[in-house]
Amino acid sequence: MEADKGILKISELVMAFGGLMALYKPDFVIRQGTITAVIGPNGAGKTTLFNVITGFLTPNEGTIHFRDQSIINLKPHEIAGLGISRTFQTVEIFENMTVLENVMLGFHTKLRSSFISSGFQLPLTRRKEKEIKSKAMDILKFIGLSGKWNEPADSLPLGEQKVLEIGRALASDPALICLDEPAAGLNETESHLASSLIMAIKEKGVTVVLVEHDMKVVMDISDEVLVLNYGQKIAYGTPEEIKNDPKVIEAYLGDDGAYA
Amino acid sequence: MMLRISKYSIFFFALIIILFPRIASNISAIEHYPDIMIFAGIYCLITIGLSLLMGYAGQISLGHGAFYGIGAYISAILTTRFGWNPWSCMVIGAVITSIVAFVVGAPSLKLKGHYLAMATLAFGVIVFIIFNEEIEWTGGPDGMTGISGLTLFGFPLNTVERYYYFVWGIVLAVFIFTVNIIQSGSGRALRAIHSSEAAAMAMGVDVSRYKIMVFTYSAALASVAGSLYAHYLNFVNPSSFDIFFSIKLLIMIALGGMHYIWGAIIGAVIITFLNYEWLHYFEELEILVYGAILLIVTIFLPQGLAGIPAIVKHWFRRTLSDGSR
Ligand SMILES: Nc1ncnc2c1ncn2[C@@H]1O[C@H](COP(=O)(O)OP(=O)(O)O)[C@@H](O)[C@H]1O
Ligand SMILES: [Mg+2]
Repeated sequence: MEADKGILKISELVMAFGGLMALYKPDFVIRQGTITAVIGPNGAGKTTLFNVITGFLTPNEGTIHFRDQSIINLKPHEIAGLGISRTFQTVEIFENMTVLENVMLGFHTKLRSSFISSGFQLPLTRRKEKEIKSKAMDILKFIGLSGKWNEPADSLPLGEQKVLEIGRALASDPALICLDEPAAGLNETESHLASSLIMAIKEKGVTVVLVEHDMKVVMDISDEVLVLNYGQKIAYGTPEEIKNDPKVIEAYLGDDGAYA
Repeated sequence: MMLRISKYSIFFFALIIILFPRIASNISAIEHYPDIMIFAGIYCLITIGLSLLMGYAGQISLGHGAFYGIGAYISAILTTRFGWNPWSCMVIGAVITSIVAFVVGAPSLKLKGHYLAMATLAFGVIVFIIFNEEIEWTGGPDGMTGISGLTLFGFPLNTVERYYYFVWGIVLAVFIFTVNIIQSGSGRALRAIHSSEAAAMAMGVDVSRYKIMVFTYSAALASVAGSLYAHYLNFVNPSSFDIFFSIKLLIMIALGGMHYIWGAIIGAVIITFLNYEWLHYFEELEILVYGAILLIVTIFLPQGLAGIPAIVKHWFRRTLSDGSR
């Protein structure tokens, strides 16, 4: 079955910061079309894992294959071009742009623009720009922000900024999207909206990997759960399996339940 | 935060350019202003590119005086030594300067941080020394004379008025070209870089490529400005291209406002007039005045003169909403 195909394969990954092993040899396969939640205590290496996958960090050892292609020495923009998109734990919207422009920037990988073609406003450039604008509006509709398309992005409340960041990541038409704590700092309603948005993204056929605090959300929406502790994989399986895994229970109890 | 530039404001800008010599010629106190405006226009070409570099890529160059000088000297040497056509000198100057800028800028622009400022500072010093010391080619400190003027469609650009319209026509064209860049996909990428490099990269923007493109573009513009200068004065010497000139360019941009493309023009015009006209009484103390301007602007008007309308608007809104409470 198509859904069983691994889209991202990671093995023996080591990421050291000085003497600190932020990642120590986790290996796993993300199946295409699924939602995988990455959980673990603070400092477990979840964000580091995302940074390694998206090319922001180069690991000391190990391999990452995206659709059977090694992406380990590629730069972030090259990885984005291959179809891996992401959001950040602390929102990184472009506050000097409007909501619409933020999403339009997400189409950058699809845009071949040079100073020459932009400067002379060649017909093709103008046509492309129009096309992107209307596609960006479609995305705003999808994420429920079309009413605010022309507002400065930094005027949105945090919850909407996070949603906007997801919309921008979707604009590049990714095969895999990495969401770092998409619901952190959101109230219950917003968090609920974020969950249904993530489900809708999965419906579109996009593979989702997310870091999530809220265990209820994790149990509700994810197909697979990866548990990290001190940079190591301590468990990987369905939410049901994870819930009853003694190692997981131990890791969380040992950490005073301060998991995220 | 770059504001959208409307067609009307560009039209208005063109109108001022067209009318200015007419008005000036009727007022004896400012009769000679069009001549100064030629230099202002030449500097505008440099500051337009430089403000893209500072305002968008967030990088500082202390070497634009050198790129300006390279353009001027290539025009000077190729016309006087080899009798080349000034137009081809201008193009060749821009091409060579772009290549030099790429070589000087690319390594430091691939790194994070302000290495470009240091690399261009060193570059500016070296180029200035070459202009002074390579006497055989550059005439040394005395400079070079006899550089031929420009002729457009058999029409010699040999009067102040003609050269004024020619230079400002180029400024207008470059301005529109640059605004087009800003207001398109490339400009969006530049603004994204300015706002969050990490997010820009994650969205597929090749950050160093864009920084290098802006830097090279700005250097090419500086080179064209240098050629225009050489073909106008028919004379060049190194003192026009020293480090202090590069710093003056930065002051122009700080004064005008680096986040606004209009700022590049406002700053260049004001500093040019201070330089050629209004600061004569200060003589040696001139540099103190520039220092004071830079200080005052940085402290009290970080957005520059072009940022004033936004401040006024903001202030108005606040007072209005306070009043209605
Ligand atoms: N750039 C970095 N330099 C040094 N140490 C880092 C860096 N990024 C993360 N770390 C360290 O690596 C560990 C894992 O961090 P992180 O991946 O952010 O954890 P999580 O997202 O699971 O909370 C932490 O101990 C953190 O302090
Ligand atoms: Mg984290």
